Amino acid sequence: MKARLSLTVNGETHDILVPVHKTLLEVLREDLGLTGTKHGCELGECGTCTVLVNGEPVLSCLALPADLADAEITTVEGMAEGGRLHPLQQAFAELGAAQCGYCTPGILLTAQALLADRPSPTRQEVKEALAGNLCRCTGYTKILDAVELAALRMGAPR
Amino acid sequence: MSVESGGSSAGSARATDGGRFGRGAEPPSEGKHEFAVIGRPLPKIDAWAKVTGETRYADDFFLPRMAYGRLLRSPHAHARIRSIDATRARALPGVYAVITGADLPRVKFGILPVSQDEEALCTEKVRMVGDAVAAVAAVDEETADHACRLIDVEYEPLRALMSIEESLAHPEVRIHEYGDGPNVHKNVALQFGDVEAAFARADLVREDVFFYEGNTHLPMEQHAAVASAGPDGKLTLWSSTQTPHYVHRLLAKILEMPAAHIRVVATPVGGGFGGKLDPFAHEIAACRLSQLTGRPVKIACTREEVFYIHRGRHPVLMWIKTGFTKHGEITGCHLRTWLDGGAYGSYGVASTFYTGVINPVTYKIPVYKFEGARVFTNKPPCGPKRGHGTPQPRFALECQIDKAAEQLGLDPAEMRKRILAEPFTKTANHLTVTTIGLGECIDRVVEASGWRAKWGGWRSQSEGASAAPSDNRRRGVGIACSAYLTGAGTAVYWNSMPHSGVIVRADRSGGVAVLCGATDIGQGSDSILAYLPAEILGIDPKDVHVHPADTSLTPVDLGSYSSRVTLMCGMAAIQASQRLREVVARAVARKLEVDPGALAFRERKVGVPDDWEKAVDFAQAVELAEAMHGVLAFAGSYAPPKRAGKYKGGGVGPSPCYSYSACVVELSVDEETGEIELHDVWIGHDIGRALNPLLVEGQVEGSVYMGIGEALMEGQVFRNGVHKQPSLLEYKSPTTLETPEIHTFLVETDDPEGPFGAKEAGQGPLLPVIPAIANAVYHAVGVRCDEVPITPEMILKGLELRRRGKAARVGPERIPRFTFKEPVVVESAFGQPADAIAVRPFAQ
Ligand code: FES
Ligand code: FES
Repeated sequence: MKARLSLTVNGETHDILVPVHKTLLEVLREDLGLTGTKHGCELGECGTCTVLVNGEPVLSCLALPADLADAEITTVEGMAEGGRLHPLQQAFAELGAAQCGYCTPGILLTAQALLADRPSPTRQEVKEALAGNLCRCTGYTKILDAVELAALRMGAPR
Repeated sequence: MSVESGGSSAGSARATDGGRFGRGAEPPSEGKHEFAVIGRPLPKIDAWAKVTGETRYADDFFLPRMAYGRLLRSPHAHARIRSIDATRARALPGVYAVITGADLPRVKFGILPVSQDEEALCTEKVRMVGDAVAAVAAVDEETADHACRLIDVEYEPLRALMSIEESLAHPEVRIHEYGDGPNVHKNVALQFGDVEAAFARADLVREDVFFYEGNTHLPMEQHAAVASAGPDGKLTLWSSTQTPHYVHRLLAKILEMPAAHIRVVATPVGGGFGGKLDPFAHEIAACRLSQLTGRPVKIACTREEVFYIHRGRHPVLMWIKTGFTKHGEITGCHLRTWLDGGAYGSYGVASTFYTGVINPVTYKIPVYKFEGARVFTNKPPCGPKRGHGTPQPRFALECQIDKAAEQLGLDPAEMRKRILAEPFTKTANHLTVTTIGLGECIDRVVEASGWRAKWGGWRSQSEGASAAPSDNRRRGVGIACSAYLTGAGTAVYWNSMPHSGVIVRADRSGGVAVLCGATDIGQGSDSILAYLPAEILGIDPKDVHVHPADTSLTPVDLGSYSSRVTLMCGMAAIQASQRLREVVARAVARKLEVDPGALAFRERKVGVPDDWEKAVDFAQAVELAEAMHGVLAFAGSYAPPKRAGKYKGGGVGPSPCYSYSACVVELSVDEETGEIELHDVWIGHDIGRALNPLLVEGQVEGSVYMGIGEALMEGQVFRNGVHKQPSLLEYKSPTTLETPEIHTFLVETDDPEGPFGAKEAGQGPLLPVIPAIANAVYHAVGVRCDEVPITPEMILKGLELRRRGKAARVGPERIPRFTFKEPVVVESAFGQPADAIAVRPFAQ
């Protein structure tokens, strides 16, 4: 069974016709061409597919678009504003926090939600916020460093 | 510690020699920094694409008319296939094609020429849960899945052999018909000198048995491939593979079509760690389905399937006997290993050798004997995970040294420093070792960790460890060291061609294109391929466009394995860049009427340093050179020095140079619950030279992290032939919360074999972490865990044994009955000086 939906992603509204059981992850990647959102399990176990729904991290592999008609969805493609990278993206690039880069979109968005909530988190708070996002490459060290650097830069008047 | 071996002044008109390219390459600058690019913490060239989600991994390819494929996999660990009937699946609307092994040429394949034992789709037998038997292409994944469920396969279950002991105990059940004995894939024995005499000379001889459980790579990206067969009969495969060249060669064999009509493109790999080094069923099935349907076909594996694809760490049982003098020197060592290989050969022959041959690179081991056997079982095949065959014996040796140090009353850090291998010598097993920065690595981690105060001498076991007041947790520290190769000295198939090739092409814009078969799996090889030409040509890495891993476009690089890429591609890139630089220098020299040797390349200009106002822009220099020389495209080639020991089996182990690591771990163990909490890891790594310290640190940190997972939680467990945990939830790996602070210290030894002196960083630093943790656990609670992963249950069992007055040791109790081959007996080459000049092909 297919349903007609309208979905707001990164500030743009899309009218789509999709099977009702298709996950947000699949719709983003396959119907909207937003392949920046990745997947590592499609069972809600790795955090790789994280996107923001109304600013909160959500596992897109478990979410159904039908439930998200009025929501604001943000994917990694929506983090940069007008060609200007989000400070988190900048810090991740500068500090080598993305090795293979596969976990990066999900981690960036989770971190974005954290910083919106707590502009200067402690390292432990960053760890806790990211505990649901697996990364097999970095040992997390540079990821934590990059979140801290971004927080610092976002807090400091520029 | 650095050694000159005949560098040359770059920019001079003569060809560079086969020695050091590095020092000659820097402009004779007045700058404070030796290099413009090398050694700087620059972002990776693909960092921007990765943080914006623009990087296109294999599963991100969506081609017009593309079909989606799925594999039907065996639910049995061992069974004969009686029949496969796909009638119902073919009739399902939306299904384009269903194939079985009958639709593929009847050829077996395998990554190593000696182990051709795989079929993409099994025809007669399945040997593990997860073996593929059929494949479907359909309008979408859901339909393909549905169709798979409609394929009727009749199996006749056979006895499944699920452990080394079981496979050896049941020779009447044969998993394969080939090998060195019933269910024995490989049986090797090498002897370098008389170990018995060495033991007789020792003050202390220890025999210990260890077990290292298998574990898997768990890259975050599941394997995926897209194949597109054209009406012209040509075929393109985009795949998340670490070895496009080997896949290319094997596809030609498997599909029985000319290799010239196949193009393999390695897409950016979302984590490899050795798990994407073989040709796989999903790649082959996608190709065949595309040929049959005339559509592009994508097969993206599920996480569960990735557990079946595996090729991960071998479970290894080890017996090690070592003689020590009272000062801690090793008089000789005898190691036996039994590898649980799983259902197929894969890289297993090499893995078997690797469990034995690298140990002598670290310490002075004058006499050495190694016996190893790889046994087939009905489990997913093991292969080359990060460290390939070496973390297991490293765990055994380093834990045994710790035990010996205690018996001899020596500080385990001091003891190790005392017995370090000698630079520029040969090992007992004829490996040539160049620079060794291990002593400095030990010093750095000992110092930074406050080792002396924290370790504070051997404690009597009953006394327990330093009690933190009012809780059950006991703190401890442990140390271990290791060595690893910087690239395997031989290819997986015998040939005398380059191991790596690079083409550097300059265009009139001043941009430079670099073409190389290397695959970036996150380690940063694309960036290295930009940094090195940029350094030599005096341009910005941003001016360099790297085109990697496309077999129809790029010179062959053997693949991203054995920590070979930075060194081998790097050397080839340097050679190609030098060739370009020489031609550009000649043209500019003519215009400026100076000697080409007087020219410097920097800041996107070429000129004489003393007369820099006259320097010409690099883009203009390229135009001058193109006018003089024609199109500016130059190739560089690299093959490792020919140093294989002259005995059968001498081909596994040689490497241009070896990296070294030392690690101190501090942790606490809860005596109530057995739980281990890691506090800090200090790791010193001899990197030769850090081409980009940020990337090197990243590799070291990632290795440490993965070592922690192997030491404390990751393990492949099977029950009744079935993988107990083929999901991320059940297969535990460290999250941010289990990963401690990692303190990295880079030691530079400027190795004459490496590009600008660089060695590897991607694998070696994993090795010492596991034994350092085991040694720290002992220091904390007096329990010897001779098996990993170390679980709370093991700790509690050890504590219970201690309470009952028994030896607080947890680990394997026995070794299998097994007859190793008569050893190949070779004289020990221990201590001989390294060959003065190693013959390195293509250096001129
Ligand atoms: S893909 Fe959604 S949590 Fe793993
Ligand atoms: S960077 Fe590769 S998984 Fe995180």
